[in-house]
Amino acid sequence: MFDRETIEEIRSRRSAWEADTIKGNLKKSPERRDVFITTSSVPVERLYTPLDVQDWDYLRDLGFPGEYPFTRGVQATMYRGKLWTMRMFAGFGTAEETNARFKYLLGHGETGLSVAFDMPTLYGYDTDDAEAEGEFGKCGVAVSSLADMETLFDGIPVDKITTSMTINGPAAIIWAMYIAAAEKRGVPRAKLGGTIQNDILKEYIAQKEYLFPPEPSMRLVVDTFEFGSRELPLWNTISISGYHIREAGATAVQELAFTLADGLAYVQAALDRGLGIDDFAPRLSFFFNAHNDFFEEIAKYRAARRIWARETKERFGARNPRSWWLRFHTQTAGCSLTAQQPENNVVRTAIQALAAVLGGTQSLHTNSMDEALALPSETAVRIALRTQQIIAHESGVTNTIDPLAGSYFLEALTNQTEREVYDYFEKIEKLGGVIKAIERGFFQRELAESASRYQREIEARERTIVGINDYVTEEPPSIPLLRMDPEGERKQRDRLARVRAERDNEAVARTLEAVRHAAQGQENLMPHFIDAVKAYATLGEICDVLREAFGLYREPAIW
Amino acid sequence: MPDGKKIRVLIAKPGLDGHDRGAKVVARALRDAGMEVIYTGLRQTPEMIAEAALQEDVDVVGLSILSGAHMTLFPRIMKLLKDKGMEGILVFAGGIIPDEDVPALKEMGIRAIYGPGTPTGDIVDFLRQNVQ
Repeated sequence: MFDRETIEEIRSRRSAWEADTIKGNLKKSPERRDVFITTSSVPVERLYTPLDVQDWDYLRDLGFPGEYPFTRGVQATMYRGKLWTMRMFAGFGTAEETNARFKYLLGHGETGLSVAFDMPTLYGYDTDDAEAEGEFGKCGVAVSSLADMETLFDGIPVDKITTSMTINGPAAIIWAMYIAAAEKRGVPRAKLGGTIQNDILKEYIAQKEYLFPPEPSMRLVVDTFEFGSRELPLWNTISISGYHIREAGATAVQELAFTLADGLAYVQAALDRGLGIDDFAPRLSFFFNAHNDFFEEIAKYRAARRIWARETKERFGARNPRSWWLRFHTQTAGCSLTAQQPENNVVRTAIQALAAVLGGTQSLHTNSMDEALALPSETAVRIALRTQQIIAHESGVTNTIDPLAGSYFLEALTNQTEREVYDYFEKIEKLGGVIKAIERGFFQRELAESASRYQREIEARERTIVGINDYVTEEPPSIPLLRMDPEGERKQRDRLARVRAERDNEAVARTLEAVRHAAQGQENLMPHFIDAVKAYATLGEICDVLREAFGLYREPAIW
Repeated sequence: MPDGKKIRVLIAKPGLDGHDRGAKVVARALRDAGMEVIYTGLRQTPEMIAEAALQEDVDVVGLSILSGAHMTLFPRIMKLLKDKGMEGILVFAGGIIPDEDVPALKEMGIRAIYGPGTPTGDIVDFLRQNVQ
């Protein structure tokens, strides 16, 4: 970027600035801290100059939006063409209650749907299973059979709106239900757009909602890649997720490194099956966290795009530029929300959302202020959605593409993030790859260490969290919280009982047997799941067949 | 506690949720404060937790849950501890637990409930002062 002479001139002027201006200044007014750190405990310098980006090459490192290496964004015109999808993660209680919440959000200008499922559903248990006791509808909506899925999307134009579903262990089965529900309404599968999270590796690493051991789990994932590339060209068959890794305590670099390592492992697994990279890679998508530290987060998204483009192109030889794209959804950081003075969370979320937008996200969820206390109320979720609309339409940041490019600090941080990600790639490779690293507890240890350090920094007041270790008030929070239908669980159990009574149980037995047979062999399971859910076999029944065929996974607890 | 004997703590995660960040941070903080800590790992049934408390002969059980199933699972754990003759064990809990549930949980013998933002030092102090 700069010739040698200019660099030398800047270097000597910078030294002079430190010696004269700064030194004198520090005597009069010392800095507030000895070391300034990011949310991820990375030290930040007093000032960034061209010296910090000396080797930087605009065309090589940034290029142009919509062109390799996509540092400035995957779409050519970014938000001037189309805003990100405003996609609020929602789900609680019964399918009816969540359907009403979806319609409320769409009515207020949301542009995509995102389904939160309850714990039993995430683990592949029906509402009436003993394992599900006490958990119905608490963390999301319960979907035990196709009947629930039909109710969930009743009156929602699934041919026009895209739907993201946060489901992992049983992702393929829930996806089959969505496809079946749409087809029953006359919408062909090829027209369906959306995303299943389907990222089992980060379940072992962080979120812990795994069902089966890694090997059969990876087979299910590759089955969905293969099926999707053939039959649902508009569907993202995976959302490779750093969000939960971050929430479990990771730093920004750990979040990015572990997520991209997972992504590379999925690509390898699909190639091992014999799939062509350009057939499935364009439908891989990503999901990142937006935490408190504004610049650290923006640097993370920019580095993410550059690394993924390089790896898919150089390492795997993808030819289709779409295979090089790292498209991502962002959610603001749930773990940054405070139960104390919850109104302050509106401000935190706005700053985090702004970072996601300046980082070029394709889709965004903004957390509601009450989420450290309960599931969001209508009022809280509307303010969260309005936050996105204000950023989109009032702040001016969408007028030009990647407006922070060229900032010495941001570019230096982007480069540093990238280097540190490659250091982790090397470590993971030395351990024998992602699955081996999981089995050896590498990720659990890394996360536990980072989470613990963050907590110690707060308690030692090395970092200030407003309302937690400074600016504390004694008054209890006084915002209204969501009330769920107390009759919800009974209604759901009734529907499930009705399904079991009215369906053709011979068809259920036959399709479950076909699932069992396919699970024991090699063929793609997706068509069998679709047949089974269409016969109203329940999620729990199908998962029981798989649990028997594949076995269960239990992790060693490492802290 | 009599001099020289370390407080033994079982940190347990009942229910289905996989949010173990808080449980692990608390487990480490208690260990760093000189206590002996056993962490059960995820997805423990009330029976497994009560059995572990008995086998490990602990002074304290800390329950962590963020799924919202605490009003179903905690009473069972408390009953099982009592049935196994462990009324004397100090039980505390943490996670996302609405204020309105706190009186009922205290009524059933859970001595302290810690929500998000609690300094781990508060838990250490509470255990040191209250474990007999």
